[in-house]
Amino acid sequence: MTNTARETSLSKDPAPAGGPASGEPYLEVTDLTVKFPTADGLVEAVSGLSYSVALGRTLGIVGESGSGKSVSSMAVLGLHDAKSARVTGSIKVGGDEIVGRSEDAMRSMRGNTAAMIFQDALAALHPFYRVGVQLAEAYRVHHPSASKRQARQRSIEMLDRVGIPSPQSRVDDFPHQFSGGMRQRVMIAMGLINDPSLLIADEPTTALDVTVQAQILDLLQDLQREFNSAIVMITHDLGVIAEMADDVLVMYSGRAVEYGSCREILSHPEMPYTWGLLSSVPDVTSDPNARMIPIPGTPPSLLNKPPGCSFEPRCAHSDKVPGDLCATKLPEMRPGGRGTSHLKRCHLVDPDAIFQAEVLPEIAPELVEES
Amino acid sequence: MLGFIVRRLLSSLLVIGLASFVVFAIFYLGPSNPAQPICEGAGGRCTPERLEAIEKQMGLDKPVVSAYGEFMGGIVKGREIDFGASQYDCDAPCFGISFGTRTPVTDELKERIVPTVLIAVGGSIVFLVVGVSIGIAAAARRGSAGDRLLVSGSLLVSSVPYYLVCLLAWIFLTLQTSLFPDTGYFPITEDPLKTFGGLLLPCLVLGVATSPSYARYTRGQMVETLGDDYIRTATAKGLPRRTVLFRHALRAAIVPIVTIFGLDFGALLAGTIFTETIFSIDGIGRWGLQALQAPLDLPVLTATVLVGALFIVLSNLIVDVVYGFLDPRVRLG
Repeated sequence: MTNTARETSLSKDPAPAGGPASGEPYLEVTDLTVKFPTADGLVEAVSGLSYSVALGRTLGIVGESGSGKSVSSMAVLGLHDAKSARVTGSIKVGGDEIVGRSEDAMRSMRGNTAAMIFQDALAALHPFYRVGVQLAEAYRVHHPSASKRQARQRSIEMLDRVGIPSPQSRVDDFPHQFSGGMRQRVMIAMGLINDPSLLIADEPTTALDVTVQAQILDLLQDLQREFNSAIVMITHDLGVIAEMADDVLVMYSGRAVEYGSCREILSHPEMPYTWGLLSSVPDVTSDPNARMIPIPGTPPSLLNKPPGCSFEPRCAHSDKVPGDLCATKLPEMRPGGRGTSHLKRCHLVDPDAIFQAEVLPEIAPELVEES
Repeated sequence: MLGFIVRRLLSSLLVIGLASFVVFAIFYLGPSNPAQPICEGAGGRCTPERLEAIEKQMGLDKPVVSAYGEFMGGIVKGREIDFGASQYDCDAPCFGISFGTRTPVTDELKERIVPTVLIAVGGSIVFLVVGVSIGIAAAARRGSAGDRLLVSGSLLVSSVPYYLVCLLAWIFLTLQTSLFPDTGYFPITEDPLKTFGGLLLPCLVLGVATSPSYARYTRGQMVETLGDDYIRTATAKGLPRRTVLFRHALRAAIVPIVTIFGLDFGALLAGTIFTETIFSIDGIGRWGLQALQAPLDLPVLTATVLVGALFIVLSNLIVDVVYGFLDPRVRLG
C-alpha cells in the first residue's frame, strides 16, 4: 500500500496508519506536487506531500529555506499563479477539493474560511493604507452587506482582541507607525477577522525578538482555543514548534521526510536531517562555549532531483545503510520503529538506536543518563 | 509643512536666479556680439563708433553683474529703458524690451505662455491616460503576446525622432488629408472651440509620442509592485483581482510615476520646442529658439530661461509636496 493510499483512507480508518492526526481532518493534503516551469527546466518545489490537520490542532511544518514549506502552504490558498505553477494532487479544506477549483471559488474561501498570516508584517501590509482600512477591506469583501461603520467597528474589536492598546485610535494609524510586534498583531487580526477555520501562519515570528515572539505565540494559542481553528505553522525554528505544535512535519527538498506528533519527533527523531536540525539549535542551558553543530553542505537543486534520498549527499549516516541504497533509491514514508503514527523517509534500520547512541550525547549529554 | 514649502521656495528662487545669471553671463562673455548684426542690418556702414553707440543703447557696455542687476531690478520694480532714439516705460514685472521687435517682453510672454501651457496640459492628459493604461494592462498580462507587443512597439515608437513624428503628422494629417485642417494656435479669448481644434493634433502627437515611455515605466513599476508582499496579502484576503490590481498595486506604483510626471510636466511648460516649431505655434519654446537666432535677443532669451527655470523648480516643489500626500511614510511634520 502506498503512502498516498494510506492517507486518503485516513478519514474512514479509526486507527490510521498514515500519520499522527487525531479527529476528523479539516485540512487534508494528499500527494501534493507543485512544479514551476523555468528557463532551466521544471523546478519541483513540492513533491508528493501529504498531511492533515484537524480543527483545534496545530501542525508545525519545519525545514530550511527552499524546502517547500511556504510553497506548499500557498497552494492551500491557491496563491500560485496558474500560468507559472503546476499544482497537482489533492487539497481538501473542510471536505471540499480545491485543486483545480475556479479562481472565483478560491477567492470566496481566501481570507474567509482559510486565512494566512505572513512573516514581516511591514512588507506584508500595504504601506499607504491605514490599518483600519486594510482590516475593514478584509471584512467587507466577505461580508458585502456590512456597512463601512460595521466593518470599522469589527476592525477595532479585532485590534482589541489581539491586544493592541487603544484600538480606537490605532485603527487610523499606518503600518509603519506600529512596532514590529504590534504590526504582527495587526496581521493576525486581519487573518482572523472572518473567523477562519484554517489559519496558515508563515513564519509569523521570524522578524521579532524573542520576548515579542513568545507573546505572539501565546496570542495565537489563545485565539486558537477561542476559535477552535486548525493552524498550520510554518517555521524553521524548532523552539516555535516545541511551543506551538501538536504534530510536526519535517520537510527537505520539497518532500516530507518525517511526520509525527510533536513529542515523538522531538524526542525520538528517526531521520538524520531532523537530527541535524536538532543539533543546530542553540541551547542557553548548555556550556556557553559549546558549538552548535551545523549540517554540512547545502540543500540540493530542485531541478533534476537525484533518484535517491535528497539528503544523502549531506547525510553522515548513509554508510550504515548497505550498498548504495541511499543514493539510488528514494525511501518511502514509512512508519518508524515506535508505532504507526510516526512516519519517516529513511533507509536506516534502527535510527532511534543510532540517535540515542550517537547524536543525543553530542547535542544534549545531560539527557543521556535519563534515557 | 509650511516651513518646508517656504524653505523650498527660497532655495528655488536661488536656483532661478543662478540659471538666469548663467545665461546672462554666457552671452556677455561669449564670442557673439548681439549689437553686431543690428549695426550691420541698420543700413550704412557699421563703423566702430556706431557699434559702440548701439552697444551702449542695448546696455551691453556695462559690466555683466550690473547689467544683470538692472535686469532683475526691472522684474521687481519696473524700469525705464533708453534705446537712444526712443524711450520705453517698462512696468514691473519688466523683462526688458525685445531687441528684435522693440516691444516689451512681458506683453509677449503673457501671450505666448498660453499655447505652451495648453499643449503641455493637453499632451500630458493624452500620455497619462494612454501610457498608464497600457502599462497597467501589460503588467497585468505580463509575459503574454500583448505585453511583448507593447514592449517592442514602444521601443519602435521611441526610436523615431520626435520632430520626425511631428513633421509626418503635420504633413499627412493636416496638409494632405485635412483630418485636422486648422492646426495651429488661435487665441483662446476669441474662440475656445477653435483653439481646442487647432491644438488637438499637436497635443495628440505629443501625447502619443510620449505614451510609450510612460507605458513602459508604468509597466515596470506595476510588475515590481505586483511582486511585493502586500499584494500577496491582498490576494490572500480574498480580494478580486481588479481590486488587487488597482486599489493595491496601482496605488503604490503611481507614486514614482507622479514624480517622473512632475518633472516632465515642468520641462514641457518650459517649452515644447519641436511641437511649437513644427506646428507654427507661437509658444515659449519657439520664442526662445527664435531669440537664439541672430540678432541674439538677450531679453527674450533671459525671459524664456527664467520662465522655464521657474516652471521646472515649481513642479519639483509640487512633486515633493504631493509625494508627502501620496506616501504617508514621508509625510512631513
